[in-house]
Amino acid sequence: MTSPFQASSNSSSGIRDLIRHNQDKKSFRKTIEVWIPRFLFLLAFLSVLTTLGILIILLTETIEFFKTVPVLDFFTGTVLKPLSQTPAFGILPLVMGTLVSSGIAILVAGPIGLMAAIYLSEYASRRVRSVLKPALELLAGVPTIVYGFFAFTFVTPLLRQWIPSLEATNILSPGLVMGVMIIPMIASLSEDAMRSVPQAMREGSAALGSTKLETALKVVVPAALSGIIASFVLGISRALGETMIVAIASGSSKNFTFDITESMQTMTAYIVEVTSGDAAAGSTVYYSLYAVAMTLFATTLLMNLLAGKIARKFREVY
Amino acid sequence: MTTLTNYRPATRLRVVARTEAPKPIFTTEDLNVWYGTTHALKNIDLTIYENEVTAIIGPSGCGKSTYLKTLNRMVETDPAVRIAGTAKFKETDLLHATVERLRSEVGMVFQKPNPFPKSIYDNVAYGPKLHGIRKKAMLDEIVENSLKKAALWDEVKDRLSSSAFGLSGGQQQRLCIARSLAIEPSVLLMDEPTSALDPVSTNKVEELIRELKKDVSIVIVTHNMQQAARISDRTAFFLHGEVVEYDRTETIFERPSSHLTDDYVNGRFG
Repeated sequence: MTSPFQASSNSSSGIRDLIRHNQDKKSFRKTIEVWIPRFLFLLAFLSVLTTLGILIILLTETIEFFKTVPVLDFFTGTVLKPLSQTPAFGILPLVMGTLVSSGIAILVAGPIGLMAAIYLSEYASRRVRSVLKPALELLAGVPTIVYGFFAFTFVTPLLRQWIPSLEATNILSPGLVMGVMIIPMIASLSEDAMRSVPQAMREGSAALGSTKLETALKVVVPAALSGIIASFVLGISRALGETMIVAIASGSSKNFTFDITESMQTMTAYIVEVTSGDAAAGSTVYYSLYAVAMTLFATTLLMNLLAGKIARKFREVY
Repeated sequence: MTTLTNYRPATRLRVVARTEAPKPIFTTEDLNVWYGTTHALKNIDLTIYENEVTAIIGPSGCGKSTYLKTLNRMVETDPAVRIAGTAKFKETDLLHATVERLRSEVGMVFQKPNPFPKSIYDNVAYGPKLHGIRKKAMLDEIVENSLKKAALWDEVKDRLSSSAFGLSGGQQQRLCIARSLAIEPSVLLMDEPTSALDPVSTNKVEELIRELKKDVSIVIVTHNMQQAARISDRTAFFLHGEVVEYDRTETIFERPSSHLTDDYVNGRFG
């Protein structure tokens, strides 16, 4: 291709000519401009494709499971005995285990995370924050197996000094440790939300004679509320999907109970137990994995959508 | 082919242009631009000449910025824009040219200084590097010359590696001018380049424009009529997407043929 921009009469120095020369050499640039976006689209689409693939497999195998176990029995059954002579497939013990452990976790992480966020956003000096925030986020980088180990060998024995009836594997201890695990997430996201509250709002409150704490609790937190709630929801969905801590420290009793000192099993821990055992492909136990995984997938998806919705609302606040 | 050895700074090579008849650098005929359904430019016939400063004036919304941005096709960044008619850059049909090449020949300076979040040096070297110039010695020379042409060299020569964001607004704008000059465009389009600057910085940029027209043709959109009168050779007055009058600047300001022009340049409307 010949260039439409031939050297002009006032080409005054070498640079212009050199650039023109280089531009002529770069004729492949147009091809790149056409193909690179397509390639990038493909990569972006890959994760959508993966999600779809997972969903399809989960769905087809779940349908297979419901051919042997009635849907109603599965979702209302309080007894789960997958390997017994007379097997029963009720998911409620697992749902209970999951909800109780996540509930304990959010009861720990919610208040602590929020208070940490208030401190970081409203009180901490730049220097303190520059040390504390990375340290807090470091907690998020600890492998969950370490947390699980910590719950089993340290937290449970410690708790037994106060609660003698606590079983060696119980739902309380992993719940507490999961809470510790999600504190950084909640603190960090809530702090971001509070820091994006305009300074003018704080000044408005201070000008009416309120203290720093009053401003933080009555102006900043309400203004950042949707961001804070979104961080809670994300924290809960993280706890719902957490596997290793509960698998190690909560045992594998499929108890349908509210007693947090007992061993309970979560949906994730059930999947670990069954997949690491010898569930023959094609057996009902094998298909039950997919039904449980599907339930978990649907729950966390719902939570994430909820968080997204709340976060979107949060952006419209100011 | 040009090599490093016969490269020379641009400043000294313009010789006799002022005595020649002016050569057209942009010619637009029957140029129409729409933003969606808004008819922003209506049948614009204009010829802009080489090595002159051409000012485009008119009230807000008259199409002056749109016209300027059509000359390097920056209007097309808005997908709702439609262009019809002909527009030539020198002999090239610019509406159908390769847009990157056109823009490398037709530099632009924006209303607000928009330096990159890089060092002063890297801001100026960005263009030449983009276009394949890699030799350090040559880049050094380009950066120095461009900054000198933009009258910024003495102020920044000791801190070329510090961030461009540390400069004042006026310095940032001159840095953006240096950045454009670094790839030696034949034209510089300026879209209200001093409207975000204080009077002292404005004065510096105006001096710079007068100095630069030896090397490049300049088309400047301004809402400041005194500025147009001070620095331009020719002035076009736009109103409601049309050219009301286009003539030598003295004529526009002293003996305009349209009473609309007369009213506008004397501040009776707009």
